[in-house]
Amino acid sequence: MREPLTPLHRLQIESFDVRVLRQDGPGKPSYWERFRVRYESDMNVISVLQKIAENAQTVDGRKVAPVAWECSCLEEVCGACTMVINGRVRQACSALVDRLLAERPGCIELRPMTKFPVQRDLWVDRARLFANLREVQAWVPVDSYLDLGSGERQSQEQQQLAYQYSKCMSCGCCLEACPQYMKIELTRQPGETEAEFHQREEELYKRAFIGAHAIAQVELFNSNPIGRMNAFERLEALTHEGGIQACGNAQNCVKVCPKEIPLTTAIGRGGRAATIHTLKKLFDR
Amino acid sequence: MAQPRVIIIGGGLAGLSAAMKLAELGVQVGVMSLLKVKRSHSVCAQGGINSVNNLTRQYGDNESKHFDDTVYGGDFLAHQPPVKEMTEWAPRIIDLMDRLGVTFNRTPEGFRDQRRFGGTLFPRTAFAGATTGQQLLYALDEQVRRWEVGGRIVKYEEWDFLGPILDDAGRCRGCVGQDLITMEVRAFPADAVIIASGGLGAIFGRSTNSVTCNGSAVARAYTAGAKYGNPEFIQVHPTAIPGADKLRLMSESARGEGGRVWVPRKPQDSRAPGAIPEAERYYFLEERYPKYGNLVPRDIATREIFKVCVEEGLSVEKNRQCVYLDVTHLPREQLDRKLAGILEIYEKFQGADPRDVAMKIFPAVHYTMGGLWCDFERNLEGGLVIGSPRNQQTNIPGLYAIGECEYQFHGANRLGANSLVACIFSGLTVAPGIVSYLEATAGGSALSMGSALFDRATARHQAAFKELVARPADGPNPYTLHQDLGKVMTEAATVVRHNAELDKAYAKVLDLEAQASRAAIADASAWANQNVVFTRALADMFPLAKAILRGARARDECRGAHYKPQFATSEITATDPAERRKQAEAWVDAFEENNRRWLKSTVAACGVGGEPTLTYEEVDVSLIPPRPRLYGVVGGQAIEEVYKERQLAQPPAGALATSP
Repeated sequence: MREPLTPLHRLQIESFDVRVLRQDGPGKPSYWERFRVRYESDMNVISVLQKIAENAQTVDGRKVAPVAWECSCLEEVCGACTMVINGRVRQACSALVDRLLAERPGCIELRPMTKFPVQRDLWVDRARLFANLREVQAWVPVDSYLDLGSGERQSQEQQQLAYQYSKCMSCGCCLEACPQYMKIELTRQPGETEAEFHQREEELYKRAFIGAHAIAQVELFNSNPIGRMNAFERLEALTHEGGIQACGNAQNCVKVCPKEIPLTTAIGRGGRAATIHTLKKLFDR
Repeated sequence: MAQPRVIIIGGGLAGLSAAMKLAELGVQVGVMSLLKVKRSHSVCAQGGINSVNNLTRQYGDNESKHFDDTVYGGDFLAHQPPVKEMTEWAPRIIDLMDRLGVTFNRTPEGFRDQRRFGGTLFPRTAFAGATTGQQLLYALDEQVRRWEVGGRIVKYEEWDFLGPILDDAGRCRGCVGQDLITMEVRAFPADAVIIASGGLGAIFGRSTNSVTCNGSAVARAYTAGAKYGNPEFIQVHPTAIPGADKLRLMSESARGEGGRVWVPRKPQDSRAPGAIPEAERYYFLEERYPKYGNLVPRDIATREIFKVCVEEGLSVEKNRQCVYLDVTHLPREQLDRKLAGILEIYEKFQGADPRDVAMKIFPAVHYTMGGLWCDFERNLEGGLVIGSPRNQQTNIPGLYAIGECEYQFHGANRLGANSLVACIFSGLTVAPGIVSYLEATAGGSALSMGSALFDRATARHQAAFKELVARPADGPNPYTLHQDLGKVMTEAATVVRHNAELDKAYAKVLDLEAQASRAAIADASAWANQNVVFTRALADMFPLAKAILRGARARDECRGAHYKPQFATSEITATDPAERRKQAEAWVDAFEENNRRWLKSTVAACGVGGEPTLTYEEVDVSLIPPRPRLYGVVGGQAIEEVYKERQLAQPPAGALATSP
């Protein structure tokens, strides 16, 4: 459920500090830098980072490179600006400064997500998330894009259920919070081609835990009237190494999902479907 | 993996529909995008997607009415054949998206539900919750992922398009891109390049657009010789939530449900809005437009809010322009049931509950009607020859443009829920045309050409990048220059335009451009350098900004979103019937004279130093004769009478002319 809204008050401060965990590139050491930002009402973390970009100077007066971070829609529908803010994984656009400073006066702390390789500063590489979607064949396998009439009729109930899952913006909050989803970070070996490197990466992704995000998409496509024709393949992916059985049932995922997707329901249903799938395979042999 | 023969720049609705259709037709495709395509700006579209449907047909709707509404809404500036073809495809496009799994809202019987949107009398708009664009984009993203697994599509995400590569004959042979992480500059030989990069809201500083909608890809095609159509047509939405980082859209439905727009009569009254008594509130829309009240047409609402703040100094806040949009008088139950989705956006980003406190809103730049000029081939019925290589092709052979970044579908003003259909339509139909183009490509494929042309292009862009990174850190600040550009453009070239202001703005933009060419680079790193990428994109905003200003300066009339008070038509004010008639005759005379002069597309070409040269192109109005756009005009009925009489006295203008 949505948090009850506490009214915001303009703070009586001139400025506040922002501590950013920075890293110049993959494999480089991380370090903290502190910036002082002039306070204005109606700020969010995006506008804070924009101000830092405009005048990238630390509190001790050192000129530094602007902080790198990813963002796009600024309306919490694209998922790009996900980071760890005051210890909580969330989108920077919907993180309001007045609220953050009310929780923890004086300073806001920004860190990159820890489950994905850092590209630079707060900008991480979430390619694995999309590899997980490929693995579970998260699409409707239509015959063609020619005109073959409309899809099947659906009840309002079914639509509402599907809509919940299809709102997932692949932000990765659920994976950041998951104790079973571990970071995979590889470096290209000498003599290895780009293609070989990606091949090695994909193999590792396949064996590691697939995560709540992809499991919920299995639930979405296996309940779609056309999508369910490929339910077998998706359940195969769910019962592989790193599949749904790797879920430790910590239930952190559902708590941090910004779109309130019923991830634990999807995991429960996916788990049952996977068990039946495995048994069926056993008896059909 | 075979090398792509077609490179698409941008992975929103247009780019992804083109990618999946080309893949289906057997073409190897590369998709280049500034970010993961699933995060493209299409996700921000809330309302829905228009098409004639089984329900509206039974109320008398048909494809030609959707066609007519679109053309009329666009004030007759759109070429009619592409619009006609689009409205005919629209029902099939929605069927296809339904099959692809889009979670369209349903009726109790299980059919797709539809709502009514602006500019029409029919409930043509299918929708998926309050995030229709997101849902459509995800369905396409999933199909593209399927083709990726199948080996037909390869994505270059987190890559910046630096420009097309043209051979000596002026044909597009691929493009140059830069990896935003490793900063590698690489040439991509290809037989066709499609620009599908969306709008250019960032030129106006903050807008309802995503930050990636900076127009850089379009600018790089334009400065390489591609022409740009109707630059001056920019849609400004009346109600957006002003934010420090972005202007977020507040849907028209807030007013539809009874929301009232007002400002305190006392300028910048410091009391809380709820504490200001009725008598001290100025409900300016209701007072000035007693008939339509808060639901005046979009452009009028935008202009009035602008006027009350900018010209009359009645903005709610001193340092920021805004007016109140108030729903606090409406029953909470009604608000929760009908407006919950949009009120939550306000809550989430403003931290205030609009059920308790009046919202603060102001108009914001929303949509780019103009765009890269592109061609079409008309068939005998007045639609398009599907499969013609001319469809969506720019004036550079092999370079195509689709979606918001092209100029064909919306004329002088876009109707709500028509953008999504135009994006998918142009993406799907460009594909068979490109297949024909590939078959006919003379001189062999770019993939088999020697490397000289591509090496030269790579070296040129590589050198430009090196020069930029090495630039000293003591020049003007690129981020504040961007804010200044946005301010100049927003003040001079949005809601109300005056020639003197446009001239002044042009001079200021030239000055800012000169400063931007020396802008400081604060980050000397050759890894994931966003500072350089931003500064480069900023420099590329100027050629387009200049085309917008010049186009607006030259067009001495009012049409759709382009409004110059100096050239506004008068209203019918007389009460005496004979005098009324006389005024109406004069009005229609002026209308016809104005159309002879201005019913033309502006076509900008980038000249020396980025100066635009303007030419004008006749609009194909062969199917629906232009008629006065009278919604909200005082005395509209008298004008319509005169206009109709004159039409009857003339031979029909086209075989397929439809009545409204």
